[in-house]
Order: sequence, then C-alpha cells, then structure tokens
Amino acid sequence: MTYRNDPYDPKQVALLDPDALGEAVAKAEDAFATAADPDALAGLKHLHLGDRSPVSLARREIGALPPAAKSDAGKRVNQARAAIQAAFDARAEELERLRAERILAEERVDVTLPWNRHPRGARHPLTTLMERIGDLFVGMGYEIAEGPELELEWANFDALNIPPDHPARGLMDTFHVENPGLVLRTHTSPVQARTMLTRQPPIYVVVPGRVYRTDELDATHTPVFHQVEGLVVDEGITMGHLRGTLDHFARAMFGAEAKTRWRPHYFPFTEPSAEFDVWFPQHRDGPQWVEWGGCGMVNPRVLRACGIDPDRYSGFAFGMGIERTLMFRHGVSDMRDMVEGDVRFTRAFGMAV
Amino acid sequence: MRIPLSWLREYVDLPAGADVADALVRLGIEVDAVIDQRATVQGDLVVGRVAEIEELTGFKKPIRFCKVDIGREQPQEIVCGATNFAAGDLVAVILPGGVLPGGFEIGARKTYGRMSAGMIVSARELGVSDEHAGIIVLPPETAASPGEDARPYVGLDDVVFELEITPDRGYAMSVRGIARELSHAFDAPFRDPGLATSAPRSEATRADGAGSGSSASGASAASRAPGLATSAPGATAEPAYPVIVEDTVGCDRFAARAVRGIDPAAPSPEFMRRRLTTAGIRTLGLAIDITNYLMLELGQPMHAFDVTRVRGPLVVRRATQGEKLTTLDGVARVLDAEDMVICDETGPISLAAVMGGETSEVQPDTVDVLFEAAHWDPVMVGRTARRHKLFSEAAKRWERGVDPALPLVALDRAVALLVEYGGGATDGNVLDIDNVVPHRSLTIDPTLPGRRAGVPYSEARVVETLTAVGCDVATVDGSLVVTPPTWRPDLTEPADLVEEVIRLDGYDKVPSVLPVAPPGNGLTPSQRRRRAVALALAEGGYVEVLSYPFVGPSAVDGPAVRLANPLSDEEPFLRTSLLPPLLATLKRNIGRGHRDTALYELGSVFLPRPGAGSPPEMGVERRPTEEEFAAADATVPHQPWHAAVVLAGEMEPAGWWGSGRPAGWADAIEAARVAVAAAGIADERVTVEAAEQPPWHPGRCAAIAVDGVTIGHAGELHPSALAALELPRRTSAMELDLDALPRLVSRRRRGCPASRPR
Repeated sequence: MTYRNDPYDPKQVALLDPDALGEAVAKAEDAFATAADPDALAGLKHLHLGDRSPVSLARREIGALPPAAKSDAGKRVNQARAAIQAAFDARAEELERLRAERILAEERVDVTLPWNRHPRGARHPLTTLMERIGDLFVGMGYEIAEGPELELEWANFDALNIPPDHPARGLMDTFHVENPGLVLRTHTSPVQARTMLTRQPPIYVVVPGRVYRTDELDATHTPVFHQVEGLVVDEGITMGHLRGTLDHFARAMFGAEAKTRWRPHYFPFTEPSAEFDVWFPQHRDGPQWVEWGGCGMVNPRVLRACGIDPDRYSGFAFGMGIERTLMFRHGVSDMRDMVEGDVRFTRAFGMAV
Repeated sequence: MRIPLSWLREYVDLPAGADVADALVRLGIEVDAVIDQRATVQGDLVVGRVAEIEELTGFKKPIRFCKVDIGREQPQEIVCGATNFAAGDLVAVILPGGVLPGGFEIGARKTYGRMSAGMIVSARELGVSDEHAGIIVLPPETAASPGEDARPYVGLDDVVFELEITPDRGYAMSVRGIARELSHAFDAPFRDPGLATSAPRSEATRADGAGSGSSASGASAASRAPGLATSAPGATAEPAYPVIVEDTVGCDRFAARAVRGIDPAAPSPEFMRRRLTTAGIRTLGLAIDITNYLMLELGQPMHAFDVTRVRGPLVVRRATQGEKLTTLDGVARVLDAEDMVICDETGPISLAAVMGGETSEVQPDTVDVLFEAAHWDPVMVGRTARRHKLFSEAAKRWERGVDPALPLVALDRAVALLVEYGGGATDGNVLDIDNVVPHRSLTIDPTLPGRRAGVPYSEARVVETLTAVGCDVATVDGSLVVTPPTWRPDLTEPADLVEEVIRLDGYDKVPSVLPVAPPGNGLTPSQRRRRAVALALAEGGYVEVLSYPFVGPSAVDGPAVRLANPLSDEEPFLRTSLLPPLLATLKRNIGRGHRDTALYELGSVFLPRPGAGSPPEMGVERRPTEEEFAAADATVPHQPWHAAVVLAGEMEPAGWWGSGRPAGWADAIEAARVAVAAAGIADERVTVEAAEQPPWHPGRCAAIAVDGVTIGHAGELHPSALAALELPRRTSAMELDLDALPRLVSRRRRGCPASRPR
C-alpha cells in the first residue's frame, strides 16, 4: 500500500534499511542512558519516538515498498520501535527509582532523638495491684464490694464479734471522730457486714480498700493503708475451700510454684482462724515463706448479727495488706516510698504491676 | 512473754531435739524470737579457780589483782573490783576477744596500774539475772574444772522463747499453758501444776531435762514445787484474814493465806531471779518475786500485802466515783465507779487486779505477808487498765481470762515457797470466797468439725482432741456434750470446739479445694468508670498519688469531720476536697526537684450530713431491721469519690522539637473534659463556663457541668492561695465529683455507620 501524495523516493526508502534502523535504536539507547533525570528523559522522547523520529519516518516509507517487501520492513520497523520504547521505559523506571531513593535519602532523620514530648503519667502500684487482685476474683465469678472509709463502729467492730471492751479493739488502734459511733475503718471487714446485710447467699465478693490505724509513719507502718479481703458465704463451705482459694490466688500472684501455709491464729470474726504464709520463689532474698495475711471460717456470731442462718450457711474470709504484698512482691523496702507520692517511685511502675 | 525451755521441761516431757518453736507456731502461738542463751555471750567464757589475790591500795574503792587458773600453763592475770570471793573459789572468766551482752568487748588492757587480761563476771554482766552485788562464785561442790566452758554452770545453757499470745488464750500466758500445748504437739506426758490435785512427779522425769537443768537449778527444783504432789487445802473455818466481798460480779473468787515471821532479808533463790530476769520482770524481794514467779508459771496474778500495814478487815467493792488511790508506781489516781478496789479501814489500798497501793505493799522490812489470789471480771479489768493506762502483766492476763480454779493452788505454792526461802510459818488458815459460776456445757454434732474442715474426722478423733485440751466429753443421743475446762473461758460456741479439733489435728491436713462461684456480673458501672477515668488521666500525663486525707483548719471551708484522736493536732480534719493534700504532695515533689509535675488522685472526701447525730445502738444477737440500719447509715457522712489533678511547671518538656509548653488553666480544663469523657459522658452534654470559685483564680476558673449540673471546677489557682502554699504561680488544678455524674444508662447505644459499603 502506498500513499497517494507520497511519491516514491529511493533515498527515503533507505531509512528502512536494517542497519539504519539498528543505528536509530542504538542512538536512542545511548541518548536515554545519558538522561540524568526523568525530566531530561522526557525531553529526549520526541527525538526517538516522536513523529519526526527515525523510526516514525521509516514507517512512512513502507508504503513505497513493493508489496513483497512490506511485510518484512514493517516487522523490522516495529521491532526497532519496540526496542526504543523498551529502552525508554526501562530508563524511565530506573530514573524514577533513583529519584525516589534520593528523596528518601534526603529525608532521612535521626530516629533515636528523644521521644518523650508528651510524657505519660503513671498509676500508683497500690491501685493497680488492687485492681489486679480484683480482676482475678472477678474472673472467678466474684464481685467487688465496697463500703465507706468513715464507718459505723457497729460494722467495724460489733457485728464482727468485737464488742466494746474486747481486747481486739485494743490491738487495732482506732481513729475516732467527734461524733461517737463512727470510726475510720480499721480494716476492710466492715464491708463483710454491709455485704451480708444487702445480699443473700451465695455471696462471693472481694473488698479492696483503704483502712486506717493510729500508727505513725515509718519504714514499716503507715496510718493509712490498703487491704483486700475476700468473703464467701454459701452452703457447705469448708476450710478446704478456703485453702483452695488461697492456693489459686497465690499461684496467680506469685507463679505456679507458689503455695500457702497456715498458722492457727485468732481473729474475732473468724473461727477457726489462721494466719497464712505464701511460698514466694522469686523473693529477692531467695525463695522463702512470707507472711501474707489472715483467714478463717466466718464466725457464726457474725453470720447471726447479719441475719444469715449459721446452721444452713457457712463461709470463709481472708484478707491481706496491699502495701505488704507490694513490698515483698516488688522488693520495696520502705513504706514511706508508697505514701509520699514521689513521682519517681510511681513512674517506675508505669501503668500496671 | 519470754519462757525458757528448762521451765517448760519441768512440766512436759519433750523429746530430745524437739523443734519447739515450730510446734508452737503450728499450735497458733507466735514465736517472735528464739534466744539461745549460749550465744548471748561470745568468745571464751570459762571456769576459773582463783589462785592468788593481791589487794591493790590507793584507789577509791577496793581493787584486786587476781591470778586465776583457767587450765593453761600460766594463770590469767585479771584486775577485779568485786570482793565477794576468796582464793580457791570457782568463778566465771571471760577472756580477751569475748563479747558480753550489749556488745561490750573484752580486751587485755592496763588498768589500776596492772595488765588485766579478761574479766571475772557477775550474773548481771552475763544478763542471766540482775544480781550485781558481786561476781559469780560457783558453789564449792560444782564439778567443774578450770578452763571448761562456764556457760552450763552460770545458767547460760537455756533456750528462751519470746512468744506472742493472741487475745483469746489467756491460759497460754503461762508456763503451764505453753507446756500443755507442747504436750499436744509431741504427744508427750504433761504434769499440770495448776490442778488442785496432781500426781506426784517422779525425780526421774526431772533428771532427763537434757541440756536444760544446770546442777544449781536442778537442785532447787526438787524443793520448789511441793504443792504439786499434794492437793491444795481448801477454805478453813477460820479465815486467813477477815475479808468481805461486796461485789461478786467484779470479783467472783477471793482467796488468801498468810505467812508470818519471815526473814525480811532473805534473798530470792537464784533460779527465781534468773527466770524473772529472763521474763523481763524486776526482782523486788522474795514475797513479791514469788507472786510474779507463780504468775509466770501458773498464769495466776497474785498480790502480797504486809499484814501489819493493813487496818481492819479487807473489803472488795466498786470504787466510788472520784475516790483516790496512790498506786505502787507513785501515781495518785482518781477512780471510776466501775473500778474494783480492795479496801481496809483507811479506804482503798489496791486497784484490784491491776496494781497495788503504796500503803499496804510488802516492804523491805515486812515480816508478816498475806498472799491474795482472786478471780476478777475480765471486762472490768480491761476497762480499768485502759482507763488508767496501766497495762501491767497482771492486767494482760486478766483481760484474756485466768483460770478461776487456780487461786488455792497458787496460794499453796506461794506459802510453801515463802516458808522454804524466807522462813516464817503459816497458821494453816485459808480464806476462799468462791462465787465462780461453772462453765456452760456445749452440745455439738460430732460431724461438725469434719464438715467445717472438709476433713472426715471420726467421732473418736473429735472426742480425743477435745479431751486433750481438757474438755469433759459425753455422748448423749448421738451428740457430744462438751464441758470446757476452767482455763478455757474462750470455748463458748461450737465453732470454738471446731477450731480446737482442726488445730490439734493439724491445719496442714486440710485439703485444697477450689469452690466454684456462681456467675458474677463483673465490675459495677461506677467501678468501671473510676478505672476509666484513672487510666485516661494517667495516659494524659498525670501521675497517681494516694495522699493522706488529714488536713488542717485552713484546708476546710465548710462543715468537716473532726477526728477525736488525730495523729497531729495541726491536721484534725478529714478532707472535704482532694486538693489540699494533693497540693501538699505536689509541693513535696517540687521541693525534690521535680518542677514539672502533674499529679492525679481518685479518692473519697468526707462531707458531714448536717444534723445527722450519732448512730443508734444496734445489738448483734440478730440482724438489725432495715429501718434500724438505714437510720444508722444515715449518720455516716457522705463520702463521694472525687477525681482531681494538680499541675505545675511544663506540661510538655522542651526538646529538639522546640521549647516546652507551660502547664496552665487550659490543661486543667482539658483534664476535666478528658475525665468526663472517659467516664462515658458524651461531649455534647458537657458545658464549660466561667466561674468564680475559691481556691481558683477568679478570671481563670471554669465550672464543669453535665446536663446543666455543676460537677466540679478547673483552672489556674488563685495567686494568693499559691503564695500561701509556696507553690509556683500558674499552678493549676481541677476537681470533679465522680459520684455526681449521671449514672451510665445501660441501654445500648445505636451504632452510627461512618461509611456505607457499596
């Protein structure tokens, strides 16, 4: 096929010569390689692939060829053009990649610079320890019961089988307020009474909270401290259930090797009563028994004072000091660190214990 | 309470090598310390025989330069200030390098012009008794040779247990009680020194006190407990002294016996002095020492009167309000109508059960002694002891409960000891006014201990353990009828017997069984809310503190709860706002160099209910009615949970990113908004309006309201408030009443699609 207004010109036909096409390809490749960036490359494109480029001009000459030669020439031109296009694309991609790499290199920053522009705060380890213990028991189906810190003397003492003039009142140095009949609770146990007055068995609760005794602050005492106690009242509750609960608690807090040991003791609100130790393998002074808390079977007098039939129901209670637990679990040696509110102490514990 | 092992072994046959401390702990008797007396003196403490004495002259007091044979080639040369020994005597010598109790190191040094290599010691220097009239001279028959360890010969071979007795077990405040407990632990024979009649002790049992009985104390032990072999005589027709007990509730038993014509100069025997010293009780003369000795051994507090100083019959009665008595400690006391007193014609001569008076007390020249052994109402004694702040050894025992069957036994022992060591004679008259009401027996189901423990005890085992603690047990219609012994006033309920069974069988035999709780409901909405607020504030840069709630008058501006017995008179109130204690904690941190500090606290404040009055009396025999408890609860001050923050310095630090950002009013308001949002309140329900509220800056304070109800304030604190607290300017704060926030409604929020899939 030929173009009507295109007279045959042998000179132009020379463009279809394989050598000439080869040269066009080589020139294009050389030119593209010299392009330093995508913009320069784009500037070269019309020279080698544009309307006036050698391959475009060569394509126009195909019509002038005898029919027998057209197919062959067409194939050659297409191959040359494809080669140039491929060279262009490859170079373009390479240059694009180089440019991206350069930009990334230029944008490099020192990622090790200080980061603490919005310092996080911290939660007090006593709070998080109480929450952790609460969560453990909530996971077992218990609920968290609470009561007021300034409490009825009746709930703090009388209902717990500590009548006026009972020597046990002398053991708990109590803050009294000017209004008689009210005290700052000396333990979390008044919540036992409140719980039994407001719920019917089965009762499974834990009681974390703040308690008060008239001890001056020193390395091992503080007038304001925290306890967690547990109370279970149900049919058929035994001391074995108490031991099972404490063993599970100990393992959850101190690892699979933890176990508990009881020493008979006296608490007015439990009978039988025991103090219990925990075997703490990770103690900083080596594995050892550590005094942990007190426990026992709820005294039937307490059940009676709270309107629960002691012939039908039995229960157990246990409790421990949170400060003490934190001290041995985390190697805190001075009570004052826990109460003074020094941010360095609290920050060291972060958001959880 | 400190008890030496040798004393326990007199009444219980402990096996050799018994771990007594461990056994006591398992029985519920706390062991505070085990003191091996051998170790209280370090280094060489040896027997020496005085070879030569040279009296040194020219000094203010007699000084002796002694050569003492201590079994070495050369005699030890020692300067000594005592004169109660002669050549040939056996003495105890501590050699250079040794250390006496109290850290007193012994060296070789020049003194009074001579070299002194060591020291000849007195009993007080060794800490075995308070005897310091001279050095220890061992009895001539002592079979010790020079150079031998002197410890067994001077009473330093005992082990002393320092024990803590729980308030329910008065009987355990005695050698008698502890020996009884140990007999349970080791299944060992126990000879009860407190029973009116007791089997005679064989000499053989005393001799096997391996390692405990020094020859000196062993010899005296034979003669010191004659009452043990016979029964104590009962009341005679003629009383030992005329006594009238007017109040048999306060004093349900009063017994007395007299010993006349004692040698007032007779010293207390060495074993008694040692044991009293070990127990921490001063020796005060034979008659008084005997009462203290028997109190330690039997648990029966006693009193010794000088008969010749008592005028007319004794009357035991309540004091009249305002009556006066000067007690032995020299304090003139004004008595209460609840106190019990022992009177003669002159009026009160003794504050009964707690402390004697000056006028009737045994004196250094007393020759006629009246011993009193009574039984007092524990509640009365406890109140009297607290009222007069007299927590004597006697009061501690009375308050915990003393065996009412002891008085005659104790008197018999006291009389025998005084006659033996002080001479004198007893007329055989015994006074005993006995109104003791016997223990009520308890009926229990024999399966109860097993059901409480979760251990299947056989009925035989239950009977065995209860009998071991001294109960009489009878079986009636399948139930056990249990009569507790006189020394166990604490056994009043079946649960008390349950404890005895489980305790003696061993707490460690109780199995471990995890009970299954019914499904719970998780945290309450307010518990979840408090946690969320705390977490949000902590994430927002605030550090949690837990301040004491005690504040001074300047920190309360309305009604506040005042403590009756504050730790500090300057801080007698309970906080009505979290801020004052929190600002004090902020100041402490700033003082420690943390100028950029942001703190938060969640806690209760204490708001009195106007006109609430005092709670009504409620008993414990039954559940209070709803109305009774509601009336009582209405007197308890409102104690809402508040959340507060305080912040000073920079909220964001300077760094490579630029300069720091000072903390200010906007941060406080943001903290309030963050807290309210974390509490689950949607932003559109929250309003922030300018407010004037002390202690905030009037132009930089916001009232935070939810649904139009103000729940707190936030902003910068007033410059004058900050100046008064010496806190930096611009210090800011917020406080919210979390309990005033509307309850979280439990209806589920409808989801609002943010994008529609297509």
